[in-house]
Amino acid sequence: MAACGDGFYGNNTGTREHTLYPYVTGTSVIAMKYKDGVIMACDTGASYGKTLRYKSVERITVVGKHSLIGASGELSDFQEILRCLDELTLIDHMCDDGNSMGPKELHSYLTTLMYNRRNKFDPLWNSVVIGGLKKGSHGDEKFLGMVNMIGTHYEENYIATGFGNHLAMPIFRSEWREDMTFEEGVKLVEKCLLVLLYRDPTSINKFQVAKITSEGAAIYPPYSLKTYWGFSAFKNPTKDSSIEGSMKRLSLSDPAQTFEHFVAVSRNV
Amino acid sequence: MARFDPYENNGGTCVAIAGAGYCVVAADMRLSVGYSILTRDHSKIAHLADKCVLASSGFQGDVKALQKNLAAKELVYEHNHNKKMSCPAMAQLLSNTLYYKRFFPYYAFNVLGGLDSEGKGCVFTYDAVGSYERTGYSAQGTGATLMMPVLDNQLKSPSPLLLPARDAVTPLSEAEAVDLVKDVFASATERDIYTGDKLEIVIINSSGSRRECIELRKD
Repeated sequence: MAACGDGFYGNNTGTREHTLYPYVTGTSVIAMKYKDGVIMACDTGASYGKTLRYKSVERITVVGKHSLIGASGELSDFQEILRCLDELTLIDHMCDDGNSMGPKELHSYLTTLMYNRRNKFDPLWNSVVIGGLKKGSHGDEKFLGMVNMIGTHYEENYIATGFGNHLAMPIFRSEWREDMTFEEGVKLVEKCLLVLLYRDPTSINKFQVAKITSEGAAIYPPYSLKTYWGFSAFKNPTKDSSIEGSMKRLSLSDPAQTFEHFVAVSRNV
Repeated sequence: MARFDPYENNGGTCVAIAGAGYCVVAADMRLSVGYSILTRDHSKIAHLADKCVLASSGFQGDVKALQKNLAAKELVYEHNHNKKMSCPAMAQLLSNTLYYKRFFPYYAFNVLGGLDSEGKGCVFTYDAVGSYERTGYSAQGTGATLMMPVLDNQLKSPSPLLLPARDAVTPLSEAEAVDLVKDVFASATERDIYTGDKLEIVIINSSGSRRECIELRKD
């Protein structure tokens, strides 16, 4: 391809290794603004393709005094991002000017970082969520934004990456309100996490919720959500085939029975 | 396995109409990825100079980088020449900036609008690699194919082959042009999935610029 660094058009990185695929990946991160700040949550699992390899991964961390960073996607690239942010916050601290980087600045830095890596065809394979608050000209200003692996970035009142974009965003759009309390916020976030647990195949039942307010950040210890599997059709699938959702036991040796079932099912559509 | 694709189309449509003493530049505010909406409140418009406004749709990463790039170059120009860049000057700069990345393009579809040095409205329309043209009106983006025929019909730009050369700018008043823009976006929103949510309109005239925000269909 013309624009990649294979050394063909004089871009002399012909022997360099580039990220081609993600290997160890984390799934969705969800976050929302609430009255006192920002809540962020995700599960603590990391998959190696279809294998659930790690079950106690912290995918949300505090950066500086004012921000929470969470990421989905390749775990090693997230660790690289954290290393870059460590360096950034260290230099910022060493300036010793009484000012520290806020979430807006981190969002801008990460956008530049991710976009530049994308330009070199060596992306950091992550969707990063940045949330926090810092004192601005209008008092405490809350911030919540996302950057993805090719540099697309935006700010919103609620964010969800990966599967969360499809499953959690509709819930947020319907139920999020301005100025929710912490309890209401966690309840909403748990609702989203539960849907993700049921329907995202790479999620696990072990979550971490983090919050950041003007008092500081807190990442709560991991916990599990209660799930419900007690549907009668699950308990005994073939018991009473007239119950909606149950599966009729098919006798494949009797073609009449299978055809009758086929007709019944297609009529129900 | 997922092959890395450095581009994605975040959708959206941009329009600009030039009038005798004004220019209307408008873009929707939806940011999409695939079949999802990321946010309903994302501006595609950049104010590069006080009489020069750029609206770009396409891949948002490139759009933002391009707009930031141009804003920086405009600032350097101001420092060197002790005046803000005129719209035709910015038009050439944008073309050069786009062509500079001819072999790894900015996936950005641009419409530049403003007032020229005589105070008349001007609109410049671009493709992704910098070929451009000054016109009386233009649309770019996912809904452009739906809008251009309507604009052609309503704004009746004279043929450039006519002698003596006719003015490309529309005789419509500012209010009529704004209404046309609202109508044309409402139509495109109906049929283009990437256009909708909100419409941001910037009107530039001799007294400065003002901004209007209209709701569009959210489906």
